[in-house]
Parts: sequence; structure tokens; C-alpha cells
Amino acid sequence: MIELSEEILLRMYYKMNQARFFEEKVEDLFEKGLIYETTYLSKGEEATGVVSCLALEKGDLTSLTHRGHSQAIGFGLDVNMMMAELLGKSTGYCKGKGGSLHIADVENGNIGANGIVGGGFTLSCGAALTQKYKKTGKVVLCFAGDGATNEGSFHEALNLASVWKLPIVFLIENNLYGMSMPVSKHMNIENISDRSASYNIPGLTIDGTDFLEIYDVMTKSLRYARAGRGPVLVEAKTYRYNGHSSSDAQVYRNKEEVQKWQKKDPLIRFVNYLHENRVFTDKQIQTIEDEAKTSIEHAVEFAMESPEPEITTVLEDIYA
Amino acid sequence: MEINEMKKMTYRDAIRLGMTEEMRRDDDVIFLGEDIGLYGGAFGLSEGMLDEFGEARVMDTPITEAAIVGTAVGAAATGLRPVCEMMFMDFVTMGMDALVNQGAKMHYMFGGQAAVPMVLRLPAGSGSGAGAQHSQSLEAWLCHVPGLKVVTPSTPAQAKGLIKAAIRDNNPVCFIEHKMLYKMEGLVPVDDEFTIEIGKTFIERPGKDVTIVTYGTLLHKAIEAAEFLAEEGIEVEIINPVTLYPMDMKPIVESVIKTGRLIVAHEASKTGGVGGEIVARVVESEAFDYLNAPIIRLGGLDVPIPYNKELEAAVVPQRNDFVHGVYRLLNRE
Ligand SMILES: Cc1ncc(C[n+]2csc(CCOP(=O)(O)OP(=O)(O)O)c2C)c(N)n1
Ligand SMILES: [Mg+2]
Repeated sequence: MIELSEEILLRMYYKMNQARFFEEKVEDLFEKGLIYETTYLSKGEEATGVVSCLALEKGDLTSLTHRGHSQAIGFGLDVNMMMAELLGKSTGYCKGKGGSLHIADVENGNIGANGIVGGGFTLSCGAALTQKYKKTGKVVLCFAGDGATNEGSFHEALNLASVWKLPIVFLIENNLYGMSMPVSKHMNIENISDRSASYNIPGLTIDGTDFLEIYDVMTKSLRYARAGRGPVLVEAKTYRYNGHSSSDAQVYRNKEEVQKWQKKDPLIRFVNYLHENRVFTDKQIQTIEDEAKTSIEHAVEFAMESPEPEITTVLEDIYA
Repeated sequence: MEINEMKKMTYRDAIRLGMTEEMRRDDDVIFLGEDIGLYGGAFGLSEGMLDEFGEARVMDTPITEAAIVGTAVGAAATGLRPVCEMMFMDFVTMGMDALVNQGAKMHYMFGGQAAVPMVLRLPAGSGSGAGAQHSQSLEAWLCHVPGLKVVTPSTPAQAKGLIKAAIRDNNPVCFIEHKMLYKMEGLVPVDDEFTIEIGKTFIERPGKDVTIVTYGTLLHKAIEAAEFLAEEGIEVEIINPVTLYPMDMKPIVESVIKTGRLIVAHEASKTGGVGGEIVARVVESEAFDYLNAPIIRLGGLDVPIPYNKELEAAVVPQRNDFVHGVYRLLNRE
């Protein structure tokens, strides 16, 4: 088992808590009608989103999914600006024009969350091509869901990335469903990582609720891609606790299944590890959790107090 | 059953009813799309259809728009009558090759062989805060492709009649349904032989002073404007093309000959929109000589749909834009 420094453990646990509180807050704001458009929550998937990003080096890039809040927080986005964007405020990442589905911080390497399932695969090829062409030594972390791997763009991107040896790690968050479709009905394989065989690239399946395994495999995969050896396909098995979106009655799954996964909760596993290995005292753990929670409360205050965009901005930013 | 019996229902239920009646009538009609079965469709439109028709006819697909449209084209050309759904019209971009390069052209390109009797259902439009990739009105793209038919219902009755006609049509029909109309209620003919002829333009409200041509959500804003203007004694004639392509221009031309004043409006971006085509055809026609004022085109701003609610609303024409447009044409401002 890998050993992680206290510093990285602290960052991981803090951000995973931030992600959890962020999603709970969004749920709450949605119910109160303050967020008016449905959002896709990543509760249960905090480990894949946060930990994989913490395995990146400064300057690496990422492409996020529609279920991207944990990913964004892991990548280092500012929760104030994220929350402001969800509330459509001028201080948000996209000045209120994008919303949750399009949170982007391009200057810092987040080339955007995506409302188009599978939209990020080929964009990641392009971002990786830039790195290769300019010899930056940087890698692209491309997030996607299980359902997205049935889009043609997944297969075209993997093939291209393979033959051009592009520095990309494709991380598939396999939460067992694409909306209402269980994996067993939308593909005829058990492990999505098997799809790597068609493109002659490494493919691995990992436990997406286990931060140690994610960190270990992602670090190695990123190193492989960074060395110029081509892309890697990593599949992390995980689970979303909420419905697909806020309008989902969840007729396609039962409560027992949700509860089964909640026993493997990535945050609980994390805190158990901290206890077992006596990394932090109980008091320290509590402080981390409290600070994470406070940061999200501040984010909501920031977002609520922020101004709406000026109506004239509707005509701005059409062209660069 | 009385032939003119009507029942109150929503636009969404009317589409479902139309599809359901046609699937009962003809075993060759199948329905495919993402999450249309057990889930009942992203907007609940197909609730209950899986129960009635089973998995062999209500087919949940993987997330694979290119294959949905391509499969529909191939199945249509060989004896089935598929109805397929893009969860949002925006995703038609991924099915575009099969639609534009294959389905639309086969019959002509093959010298009259192979019919492609398929319907592509496309939930369109802004107003729900869904952002730039889930709110577009891309009808003009489709109206630029010979071989396709493009229809869009604006009321529950039209929804039922048109979906049925689209399913019975022997050509690829793009059926554009506005998401913000799903919950709208209206009277719908109960008769299961009720259809609305594709390729026919309708006069929604007669008037003599100004002609407004529009469809979708804007039709309802135009009607509100007309009611307001009626109190001032201004009679607006409202025309709904229903079939956007190929469009029946006759009622529009006749109306302009009568009123001499024209407003054309749609939610889609103004530049390159269907409205420009309507205007061009009016000025090419004998109505040209009867025009008393420049034509007004109301359209969506030429921007992607923003997320913020107020910005989003600012993109599309509103009731007052119609009112002011009419005043301008009548020199009342
Ligand atoms: C091209 C496209 N098709 C369909 C959708 C509608 N949609 C949004 S998310 C989603 C499910 C995606 O499943 P998956 O890739 O497994 O990600 P998850 O939602 O499970 O995180 C669907 C069908 C979309 N946004 N884009
Ligand atoms: Mg999934």
C-alpha cells in the first residue's frame, strides 16, 4: 500500500469534504428555488473527482463532465466562483452565462465542464496535442462517465490518442448507470477498461471509493502519459447517491443498492484510514471538516451577495 | 364517438397520445431513444409506453445519437417506421450525418428508390435555464436540407395531429417540440384519425391591419399582444406556418396583400433563421406591391443561450416586442 504525506492527506480530506458539503448545499438551494436549473450532483463520487486531480502536476489540464463539482474542487477551482456561477451571478466562473454544466477556468487548465455527454473526449485530444506540440510536458486528465463511452467520440478519441501517443489519462467514473440505463444494458462488457484493448493502450479498473488506489493508479498513469508513451484508460467503479438530476424518480434502482454503496462511502473510508493510522487527532479531523463546511457556507454568502450580470453583457464575449 | 369530441390535455400528453395511437394502428412503428422506456423520457413524455408496447417496440438505447439516427434511417429504408427521440434538440448535431447525408437524400439520390419514413423528435427552445447546449432552436439548419420535412406544433391539438401525420408520412420528418410548451393545456380531438396535414400553413387569428407570422412559444406571445392591441382597435392577423419546410406560403402572401404590413418572428437566432426565408418569399411574391412599410423581423439575438435567467429572457422576443413592432408599422409610436 502506498504511503501518503500528511500534507496531501490533509488536502484530500479537506477537498473531499468541501465537495460533499458543496453538493449538499446545492441540493438545498435547488429545493429553495435559488438555483433554478437542474444540476447533476456527484455525492458519492468525491474520491474520483478530488483524488485524481490531486495526482496532477501544476500546469496539467482537465476536461470535466456534467457531474463535475467534485472534479472542479479537486482541480483547485474556487468554491466561491463556482457557487456564484450556479446562481447565475456576474462573479461566477463564466459571469453567469454558463451555469453548472459549463464551469471552466481555461487559464488554469480546466478547459470546461460539458453539457454534451462525451463532448470532452476529442477536446482532450486537442488539448493534449497542444502539450505534445509545444513540448510542455503536461498531461490532460479527461473525465467521463460510463454512459459516455458509448458515444462514437469516445472511440474516435481513444484511437487517435493511441496512434498519436497523446498525453491523456481518460478517467471513466463508472457509477453503474447512464441516467436510467444500467451498465449491463448499455454495454456487453463488465469492465470498461477492456475497451482499451481495441486501441492497444493500457486499461485499468479500480475501486473509485478507495482514495489510496485512485491516487496510486492515477499517479502511475499520469507518469506513463507524461513520458510520451500514449494515453491510459482508467475506469473507477463508483456510485452516485442522488438521482441523475433533480427530476429523477429513480425507478431503475432500489434503496438497498444505494445503502450498500453508502457503506463504502469514500469519506467514511478516508476517515477510517485516518483513525487507523493515527494520522490526525480527532480534534484535527473535526477542524478539517468544520473548515471545509465553513468554506462552502462562505461560498453561498459570496454568491448570494454577488450582483446579477448587467443585462448588456448578453451581447459581450461573442467573439474573442 | 362524436367526430368532433375534444378532450383537454397537455401538449406533452398530446404527443404521447398521437404516438400511442399510431403504434396501436401500425406494428411497424417503433420508438427509440435514450431513457424513453422505464424512465419515461427525460421530460416524462413517454411514460407508460414501455408498459403498453414492451421492449421490442419502445427501445432504450445507449447514449449514442449517431447510432440512433442512423439506425432509424436504415430501419426506415427497409420496412419499419421508426420514431426516434433526441433527448434535447441540441444533440441532433451528433445524428446529423445520418440525417443529412443519408436519410434526407436517399430517395432522390437512388432515383426514387427507398422511402425513409421516420420521425425525429426534437425537444427545443430556451426558457428553462438549461444553458447554451440544452436550449437551442436549430430549425433553420434542418430547413436547409432538401428531402427533410420540418414541422413544429404550437398547441396540444397541433401536437397530436402533427405527430400522427409525421408518423404516417413516407419521408424523414423532423418534429420540433418546444420544451416550454410541454405543460400547456388545450383541447385535443379525441378522434384517432385526426391528423394535421403536413405542408399547410394556418391562420390562428384573423385580422386586417398587420400580419404576424410566428410559431412555438412566440405564437402565444403574439396572441397576447394581439389581444392587447385589439382593445385599441388594432386587428392583427396571426399566421402559424406549422410546417416550416417545405412551407405553404399562400396564406402568408394573401394576408400581406390584405394588411400590407408584416412581422415575422421566432425564438431562433435572427441571422440565417427561417424568418429571413419567409420574408424573402414575401418580397418575391405579388405581395411585394402591397407592402406599406418595411418588414420587421423579430428573432433571437445572435448569441448562444446564456444561463442567467434574465440574460436568457433578454435573448428572445417578448410580448412587448410584438406590440411595439405593430405600433411602428402603423406609425403610432
Ligand atoms: C450527447 C448527449 N446525449 C445525452 C445527454 C443527456 N444526458 C446527460 S447526462 C446523461 C447520462 C450520462 O451518463 P454517464 O456518462 O454514465 O455519466 P453520469 O451521469 O452517470 O455521471 C445523459 C443521457 C447529453 N447531455 N448529451
Ligand atoms: Mg454513469
